[in-house]
Amino acid sequence: MKSKFGLGWLIAVYLFLYLPILTLVVFSFNDSRLNTSWGGFTFKWYAEIVNDREIREALWLSLKIAFFTATASVILGTLAAFAMVRYTKFRGRTLFSGMINAPLVMPEVIIGLSLLLMLVSVQRAFGFPERGIMTIWLGHTLLGMAYAAVVIQSRLMEMDKSLEEAAMDLGCRPHQVFRLVTLPMISQSMVSAWLLTFTISLDDVVLSAFLSGPGSTTLPIVIFSRAKLGLSPTINAVATVMITIVAVGVIFGSIWLARQEKKRAEEQAAAYREAQPT
Amino acid sequence: MADAAQTGNSGNSSILRINKLTKKFGDVAAVDSVSIDIRKGEIFALLGASGCGKSTLLRMLAGFETPTSGAIVLEGEDITRMPPYQRPINMMFQSYALFPHLTVTQNIAFGLERDGMPSDQIDARVNAMLDLTQLKAFAKRKPHQLSGGQQQRVALARSLAKRPRLLLLDEPLGALDKKLREQTQIELVNIISEVGVTCVMVTHDQEEAMTMADRVAVMQSGRFLQVGAPREIYETPQTVYVADFIGNVNLFKGSLTVDEPDYVMIDSPEGKIYVSHGITGTQGMAVQVAIRPEKICLQRTAPTPAERESAREDGYNCVRGIVKNVSYLGSYTTYHVKLDTGMTLKVMNSNDARHDENRLDWDDTVYAWWDGSDVVVLTQ
Ligand SMILES: Nc1ncnc2c1ncn2[C@@H]1O[C@H](COP(=O)(O)OP(=O)(O)OP(=O)(O)O)[C@@H](O)[C@H]1O
Ligand SMILES: [Mg+2]
Repeated sequence: MKSKFGLGWLIAVYLFLYLPILTLVVFSFNDSRLNTSWGGFTFKWYAEIVNDREIREALWLSLKIAFFTATASVILGTLAAFAMVRYTKFRGRTLFSGMINAPLVMPEVIIGLSLLLMLVSVQRAFGFPERGIMTIWLGHTLLGMAYAAVVIQSRLMEMDKSLEEAAMDLGCRPHQVFRLVTLPMISQSMVSAWLLTFTISLDDVVLSAFLSGPGSTTLPIVIFSRAKLGLSPTINAVATVMITIVAVGVIFGSIWLARQEKKRAEEQAAAYREAQPT
Repeated sequence: MADAAQTGNSGNSSILRINKLTKKFGDVAAVDSVSIDIRKGEIFALLGASGCGKSTLLRMLAGFETPTSGAIVLEGEDITRMPPYQRPINMMFQSYALFPHLTVTQNIAFGLERDGMPSDQIDARVNAMLDLTQLKAFAKRKPHQLSGGQQQRVALARSLAKRPRLLLLDEPLGALDKKLREQTQIELVNIISEVGVTCVMVTHDQEEAMTMADRVAVMQSGRFLQVGAPREIYETPQTVYVADFIGNVNLFKGSLTVDEPDYVMIDSPEGKIYVSHGITGTQGMAVQVAIRPEKICLQRTAPTPAERESAREDGYNCVRGIVKNVSYLGSYTTYHVKLDTGMTLKVMNSNDARHDENRLDWDDTVYAWWDGSDVVVLTQ
């Protein structure tokens, strides 16, 4: 009785989460222009995307920005996490960690607005930077860095500190310790952080809306502005493409992680069995 | 306080000199003005309760903590401020700290590669280490594919690979279970003596210190209370803390009544005590008398003068009480004997006879007695 109720809830929640997405995917193959009736199966909306220059360019721009954002976020996030976990005694540490984490809780509209205000005044004073790919990238990196720092920080904190001491004891200078021991230890979390910030950047609308200029519209903004003009199957098709990109990344990423984990557990168990006297 | 020069054999030359080394964390001195000479080739154990500063002292030797004051001199060279990566000292960590992304071979070769040793020499050295620690079969494995005992041997091999002039061991067997630990203690000592490296180890397990070390330093609140060979520390502790910390002990409080150069007598509420060696003290002085549980005999009748070590002991060194607890522990039995004064005496007798007709049991009235030469008088 109770478990049936629980199961019902579970199904309801999953339907609520995934039914809209499923509908969207299904209707991207709909041969009718109307989003309400099924007119047969077709690929024509996908063909239309390929011919739609605005969407093509927006997708390419979004991917570029996401790539550079993820890369920059992981580098800066690693440095920030390292400073917070390993150098526990520097001045203004609390302020620093607060500032690193602020973008996580601050409403994105506020961040976007304040960045825009800053950009406008900088632009007025120095004549650059023009709003465009560069400024979107900066804004996304600000946000992504905070996420990356949190992910990498938690890995660094659980890492045995004596590993670094052992490296130093065996003759590593501090930079060698980082390269030969710390970096390999946190590499997995850096990959996770990269994937996370990549997707965050890829589907960001708010920051991009504030920071983009003429000729630099990202894909979510294109979808958003077209959706305002009325729903169209092309948008469904574009959205399906984006979902596919993200889903493939997430699925492959988690399969890889799970494999790694399983292999490790098996090997550990084997070592344990072997050590037992028979 | 004991001085290194006074204790043990002083034939070997000193390799490491620690001079008035102090480390303060805030106002608290974790290590408080410690001076000691470590001899070439010995295993020196730092023994003490949790928080007494053992690890801090060891970490200063490794270079992970900077001393507040004092000096560390290794073979005549002052290394007090030298960074860890330049010291000819290697450490084996309690958690082993094996690099999880490297194989056993790579772990052992790690330090040699940092030194820029040619690769054929590295191979030879690593192979020698694998032989020494019997890890040949596991050379290609990663640390998580090894059992605890195997990981411990990899950690040892890695810390010996650079042929350090001083090896530091922080609770080397702390992560192993009891049975494996006892077996590994001997193995570890054998390997260390085969290599001939001088070794400073930290432990809070007194049995481990006694089994492995040539000399033991008992620490309390950042200071050395006593330094000496394990037997010396056990048989002639100098303070109540040391007597109590190393093994079990019965302590009688009393005052000195007769103070002769070759014997002393002490009055305590439990009875009169005769000690067959002189001590440095004055008549009437308050002292504590320590007797190990295994040095006490228990029997149903009072000891005859013939059983005594000397005629002077008649009427001394014997107390009466009631057996309140008997724990049979296989090779020996421990008894708790309640004396008239309320004090509980711990006694440990070995069970060498298979059928002991006179076996003592609960609530038996017994005489507990001991020899005047087995008594230690503690004046502090
Ligand atoms: N980094 C530090 N900052 C402040 N206090 C410290 C630090 N390291 C150690 N202490 C203090 O110094 C004292 C000695 O610590 P230490 O780790 O040397 O003890 P220990 O003898 O190794 O104990 P254990 O057997 O528990 O390992 C303790 O009171 C501890 O709280
Ligand atoms: Mg410790």
